[in-house]
Amino acid sequence: MSEITSITTPIRLDYTYTAGHATQRFLLGMAEGRILGQRCPECAKVYVPPRGACPKCGVPTTDEVEVTGKGTVTTFCIVRIPSDVLSVPPPFTCAHVLLDGADLPFFALIQECEFDKVRMGMRVEAVWAPKAELAATFESIRYFRPIAEPDAPYESYKEHL
Amino acid sequence: MAERCAVIGIGQTKHDVKRTDVSLPGLLREAVDRAFADAGVGWRDIDAVVIGKAPDMFEGTMMPELYLADALGAAGKPMLRVHTAGSVGGSTAIVAAQLVQAGIHERVLTVAYEKQSEGNAMWALTVRIPFQQAIVAGAGGYFAPLIRAYMRRSGAPEDTGVRVALKDRQNAPKNPYSHLVFPDVTYEMIEGSPMLWDPIRYMETCPSSDGACAMVLASDAAAKKARHAPAWVHGTAMRSEPTMFAGRDLVNPRAGRDCAAELYRKAGIANPRKELDCAEVYVPFSWFEPMWMENLGFAPEGEGWKMTQEGATALGGDMPINASGGVLSSNPIGASGMIRFAEAALQVRGLAGEHQVPGAKRALGHAYGGGSQFFAMWIVGSARP
Repeated sequence: MSEITSITTPIRLDYTYTAGHATQRFLLGMAEGRILGQRCPECAKVYVPPRGACPKCGVPTTDEVEVTGKGTVTTFCIVRIPSDVLSVPPPFTCAHVLLDGADLPFFALIQECEFDKVRMGMRVEAVWAPKAELAATFESIRYFRPIAEPDAPYESYKEHL
Repeated sequence: MAERCAVIGIGQTKHDVKRTDVSLPGLLREAVDRAFADAGVGWRDIDAVVIGKAPDMFEGTMMPELYLADALGAAGKPMLRVHTAGSVGGSTAIVAAQLVQAGIHERVLTVAYEKQSEGNAMWALTVRIPFQQAIVAGAGGYFAPLIRAYMRRSGAPEDTGVRVALKDRQNAPKNPYSHLVFPDVTYEMIEGSPMLWDPIRYMETCPSSDGACAMVLASDAAAKKARHAPAWVHGTAMRSEPTMFAGRDLVNPRAGRDCAAELYRKAGIANPRKELDCAEVYVPFSWFEPMWMENLGFAPEGEGWKMTQEGATALGGDMPINASGGVLSSNPIGASGMIRFAEAALQVRGLAGEHQVPGAKRALGHAYGGGSQFFAMWIVGSARP
């Protein structure tokens, strides 16, 4: 018999996960094509998606805020290797998108734009799944695409880097 | 006032892409046996074992501390596992040091490891968590936008990352335990290597390694009986912050600045750049060298890149950073932080061999983890505090 140097033992994970109040509101919004966040009653920062509490002030964020799908690219990276998560072939660009009215950027795929044309300050908007495919999931926003607006000045988003 | 604590024994494995010649316990024992030989101690001399590694899913071995207790001689002794993501090797060493500083134990064995070849860390980092936004492409995809933000903010020359990688890769062959060794590495080779997560190039990225690091930490009395000169712990500090909050400084995280400030206060250091002789800093992607130079207070904000460009961080510079070759050359994730701590100790003991910083008396070891949210640091010195 030959030597045994390794064996492969696959692992599979199945979750039953409780979303909690804040995430539930956000996901139900996604199913309706709306982006819902929450404002901290102390520091007035708006969290999208909401986390139910302000990580800075440690108080519940109870005021709901709706924001549009428009925002600004604060920074980005061009991914040139295949992703386990996205089916998009490389190269593609992922960016931190700061939605207008929100105070925390989130990571999003940029499409309908050459991958190397994405820049800091670029204005973008959410592209939604077709109405029939909207669901209580982040994937209801398929990606972001550039819009015909002048770039946001560096000063307007530098505190979000 | 805490009791004194000294590093009396250090051991590392040969780090490599696949250590199929040893099992997981065998890998750890290779490091431990070397640490014991250095310290001149055996299993009977050890009072407690503190181990650390990155998330279980990296290898798919759940709660490895349970089955490693046997191989690490922990029967009848306290055994403790520490977990703080990528900084775990550092925080594990600090928890072990605190057991000595608290006067609880005379000699504590601390070990950290990763056997990355037995799993898929990129998968584990990218795994879909329900209702959370996915990280798209492992650690590189997470950190690349932060690097771009640093480049914009500091106006650093575009080749700063290439220069860091060149320096670390030139140091690597001087360290017998290095995983990645390119003896004839050139600037052009690094600059011409493919972009993985633009602006991060292939040769500006850390490898996936199998490896372990072990240290024997000892009380004042136990240090007197050690085989070789010890490294004395002059100060330790740890800090955390949330991964995401409005206004978070992603480039120069507050937790890191606060951690360094506490560390210098404890070690009685007013000017770290002048008073420290060298540092081993957790740099998994080249650009993190200038970023951490600023976060650690070695350079003013926005000027960390000057240290790289001026050669200050090279082996012959005034503040050699990662003389060992750093995380860019060996990255058994869970061990990477402890290797920084151990390499700092080797320097002040004068035992760093070919990558010795001449006359090093005080050195800093640094580790960070998560989304730059956990920090662990220590300062070790040749002088008994």
